[in-house]
Amino acid sequence: MTTLFTILFDGVAYGMLLFVLACGLAVTLGLMNFVNLAHGAFAMTGGYICAVLVNNSGWPFFAALPLAFVSAAAIGVLLERTLYRHLYTRSHLDQVLFTIGLTFMSVAAVDYIMGSSRIFIKLPAALEGQFDFFGVGIGRYRLMIIVICGLLTVALQLILARTRFGSRLRAAVDDPRAAIGLGINVPQVFAFTFAFGCGLAGLGGALSAEILGLDPYFPLKFMIYFLIVVTVGGSSSITGPFLASLLLGIGDVAGKYYVPKMGPFVIYTIMIVILIWRPNGLFGRAAAR
Amino acid sequence: MSFRSHMLLAAGAVAGMLALEPAHAQQTVKIGLILPMTGGQASTGKQIDNAVKLYMQQNGDTVAGKKIEVILKDDAAVPDNTKRLAQELIVNDKVNFIAGFGVTPAALAAAPLATQAKVPEIVMAAGTSIITERSPYIVRTSFTLAQSSTIIGDWAAKNGIKKVATLTSDYAPGNDALNFFKQNFTAGGGEIVEEVKVPLQNPDFAPFLQRMKDSKPDAVFVFVPAGQGGNFMKQYAERGLDKAGIKVIGPGDVMDDDLLNGMGDAALGTVTAHLYSAAHPSAANKEFVAAYKKAFGQRPGFMAVGGYDGIRLIYEALKKTGGKTDGDALVEAMKGMKWESPRGPISIDPETRDIVQNIYIRKVEKVDGELYNVEFATFEAVKDSGKTKK
Repeated sequence: MTTLFTILFDGVAYGMLLFVLACGLAVTLGLMNFVNLAHGAFAMTGGYICAVLVNNSGWPFFAALPLAFVSAAAIGVLLERTLYRHLYTRSHLDQVLFTIGLTFMSVAAVDYIMGSSRIFIKLPAALEGQFDFFGVGIGRYRLMIIVICGLLTVALQLILARTRFGSRLRAAVDDPRAAIGLGINVPQVFAFTFAFGCGLAGLGGALSAEILGLDPYFPLKFMIYFLIVVTVGGSSSITGPFLASLLLGIGDVAGKYYVPKMGPFVIYTIMIVILIWRPNGLFGRAAAR
Repeated sequence: MSFRSHMLLAAGAVAGMLALEPAHAQQTVKIGLILPMTGGQASTGKQIDNAVKLYMQQNGDTVAGKKIEVILKDDAAVPDNTKRLAQELIVNDKVNFIAGFGVTPAALAAAPLATQAKVPEIVMAAGTSIITERSPYIVRTSFTLAQSSTIIGDWAAKNGIKKVATLTSDYAPGNDALNFFKQNFTAGGGEIVEEVKVPLQNPDFAPFLQRMKDSKPDAVFVFVPAGQGGNFMKQYAERGLDKAGIKVIGPGDVMDDDLLNGMGDAALGTVTAHLYSAAHPSAANKEFVAAYKKAFGQRPGFMAVGGYDGIRLIYEALKKTGGKTDGDALVEAMKGMKWESPRGPISIDPETRDIVQNIYIRKVEKVDGELYNVEFATFEAVKDSGKTKK
């Protein structure tokens, strides 16, 4: 019985991690209707920046995490202003080709600068190991992931639903022409949203180095996971991808524990079943435009 | 008209250059070095390339009156590339050796070309047993997985380890390692209580490790590709398997010297069987490690040693043939060759053209603040049991 809770705990931590990594993609894909396959590249950037700060410059881990967010967001803004915005009105195929090209360039660039071997971020001792909670093994690092990601999710939901910026964003997505007519600076709102999504990916990249491993192939290896989260969750809200991430995280961990031979197939099976049942994802709706 | 005459001139010039090429080739011996210099296996390629450069620096680039020229090509560990590059090297560059080969499929892809062109193929990395059987021109200076996996199986059975859970990556080398270990460990009276094959692209070991922990073995036998070993060790410690008294054993690939330090103290106490440790206590190795560190700023791993011995084998074979580059004569010269490598005494088995070497049992310990595989037992002159059993 306690094993069941440990598995559940690990699954939730894994799911939360997937959510932080992928929710930026849900925003750009669902809210801005832009297919950004280079999303993982921003995650990788955040991870490497955190690693260099902690390992080489001696920064404390918790100080480097916000910087992973900020730098990935800054690079996001830069690329959005110079490259991405020219592709907003282009077809999805153009966007896919452009962003996949960007992904390959990022892989080659990181391979050249940092080398191809897998790197780790030195963690503070307080985050290592596991403690017992009524017989349930709780990993300290995973607990931290759950706390950080849980807070982020609540904050995101509040920003989208309660703040003026959130309503502007929703207006800009629902009907950009009317939004511009009402005096909302739509390109600015989009640029900010894009940057925020990239920042989240950067933070996710830094957090995931310990569990998923960080190497130059990160954007390609995990692209499929991000896409599963977004397609299963539906890309029109934050709740959809969040629940989808949890479902996939728990499904993946439990599947690998209970039926290790079939383990890798479990999340794909879940995806196929859900997509047959609800082609637009769990919380999907027909595309806004 | 003038355009056509230019074309003719150009064609004539090209033909002239081609005709000159063989005359030039007689003074130099060319080695086509095919390695993964980019991609997931790039660390293998870089180590071997470094080691070859180091050997040539130390020993000069002239052997038996011939100048040695190395042509490095990057196949990114994709066998289709390997085959194309090997063909280009043999046909266009007229190389006298092809060498390198980071992964088994790459070595196999080049084998038919080596046979057809009668060019010796020196395998410096790939470790599956069957490779040397695929062409009479293949000679290996790296290792076979069977060598280390059978030895650790024997050792575990004799050293109080009764129950083992295995965790291996689901691909050819992983399966090789698992089968050879299982065969020797169970023959020695051990019991496999849990057998998990993890997908090669495995993001998270957590569920598999939980399963290992719950099956309460004496030790976990692990083989994952270089690079994933660090993740494995970290999560092994995170989950408290070390505190539960479960040891980690395996072939030494997991504890490769160039990754070991990044793993942190979680790796301490891990027992592996392997052909080389940077801490091998011999004069030849101390000199090699010092020179390698000075030239490239890092520790050599077992891949570097495979490359170092590979280029040495080429040098020695050329000395023996007096600089003659006939493929059959070179392979003949290599058979039975013996020398003292940084890893210890090694030789080339005259029957299988595979390497015969000592396998050491090592334990990860801290030496001068750094993690090293410290050798404490030696199995001498181990042949590839993948072939001797047949």
